[in-house]
Amino acid sequence: MSAGHAHALYVHGDSRVHALPAHVKLVALLIVIVAVVATPRERVGVFAAHAVVIIAAAACAHLSPRFIGGRLLIGAPFLAFAFLLPFVGGGDRVVVGALSLSVGGLWGAWSVLVKGTLALAASVVVTATTPVPALLAGLSRLRVPVVITEIAGFMVRYLEVIAGEMHRAKVAMAARGYQPRWAWQGTALATSAGALFIRSHERGERVYDAMLSRGYQGRLPQLDATAATPADWVRALALPLCAAAAAALAVII
Amino acid sequence: MRSGGSSSRGDHLSAPALEVRGLEYTYPDGTQVLRGTDFHIHPGERVALLGPNGAGKTTLVLHLNGILTPDAGDVTVAGLAVQPRTVKEIRRRVGIVFQDPDDQLFMTTVRQDVAFGPANYGVTGEELDRRVLDALTDVGMAGVVDRPPHHLSLGERRRVAVATVLAMNPEILVLDEPSSNMDPASRRELADVLTGLEITLLMITHDLPYALELCPRAMIMNHGRIVADGPTAALLGDRELMAANRLELPLGFDPSLARPERLPAPALTRPAQLPDPRGRPFSSK
Repeated sequence: MSAGHAHALYVHGDSRVHALPAHVKLVALLIVIVAVVATPRERVGVFAAHAVVIIAAAACAHLSPRFIGGRLLIGAPFLAFAFLLPFVGGGDRVVVGALSLSVGGLWGAWSVLVKGTLALAASVVVTATTPVPALLAGLSRLRVPVVITEIAGFMVRYLEVIAGEMHRAKVAMAARGYQPRWAWQGTALATSAGALFIRSHERGERVYDAMLSRGYQGRLPQLDATAATPADWVRALALPLCAAAAAALAVII
Repeated sequence: MRSGGSSSRGDHLSAPALEVRGLEYTYPDGTQVLRGTDFHIHPGERVALLGPNGAGKTTLVLHLNGILTPDAGDVTVAGLAVQPRTVKEIRRRVGIVFQDPDDQLFMTTVRQDVAFGPANYGVTGEELDRRVLDALTDVGMAGVVDRPPHHLSLGERRRVAVATVLAMNPEILVLDEPSSNMDPASRRELADVLTGLEITLLMITHDLPYALELCPRAMIMNHGRIVADGPTAALLGDRELMAANRLELPLGFDPSLARPERLPAPALTRPAQLPDPRGRPFSSK
């Protein structure tokens, strides 16, 4: 059985950011993301201010720039799409070397790039400083519908179990001489995906039996409650409110 | 240590902890698995349920707390019959530890998992915290209370799975293959935990030495019926009976030699047993 260690997202630490209650951090994150998204794309200076806010939070959490940079790579596939915009966009065009680029497309690409990266960086700071169970508890404290947090919780709980089953299936295929080139792994993956689906479904039934056996009647009990003090709110919201103020000014002026 | 018997309720004093009468069950695909299963277990007994694969053992377990409904026959737990309107109380009384701890531990931390059962019965606050810590202490796992269950070893997950049902103060603990896939040390640690609990216990197992070590009484199930019921050492020593029911002892294991030191005294009267370093259930020839 694969007993993976530590949630993939969480970085252990004891900084002030780690110590804040999860739901407070989630509210702070939401404010930063709204501020970033609401900032008009032409106000480059305001994005710089947002970046300073996020870097300050990361520094408080003792997260290295290298770590944040690594995590930001997950956004790369989405940003690749942004790089198409200058080529396919309409309207005025500008010639750069041998390329004719759409001005609107360039702004579009910039907008996706900067907003996506900043929002992702802010999320990285929160997820790296909050264990997943606390994050889920924070979400339900913020009145996110129980069904959604429950589904997310089960996903977190069984992702590693199912990944372990998939890994064993792959090893079993390799042990019988199956050595696909990279591009053909898809075939094996597709075949085993069916088997994996059935197995996961059966596991779901067994888990449900286990839940019934302990008195489950359609509603998970609410178990977590970490209260936040006013000081927690002030500490967590100081930086996000700076970002929000900057965004508001950029919109008004 | 909590009391597992029904001594707190005088009206159930003489009732068996578990009584199963004439149980019959056919799966929707037409396979008849239970064909008139009969037995009863008294408070404080530790009983092993043995039998080959496909004998109906796991199906039987799912009847004990009303997950499956029998076609005929009935199940009574400490005087209360399993019926749709009693099923919630029945599920508190019958604590089932399933074979795969990954099925049993479905929450994101050990604390939430152990709290799940009692919380479903309305236990909250400090009482809930106390139940969780007591149950984990009983199985020696209080140190992992805030870890995610999937980061524990199999042996640790099995013990936490036992704690998840102990937290509900059950009348009877039902374990489905508790020693499967465990290394010998984890297997012994679990035995220490189980012998230390003063609770009625029904254990399904293919691990015959484990049955002998933990349970003074055993039942053999085959083709959906209980075909033998008696002292564990006597059943394991009956070669014809064993062969007729596809049961085999490990090579060199002699139940009669294991008997004098290792056969446990009746439950509830003996102190918590520590492993005896001289105990050698395997013959030394």
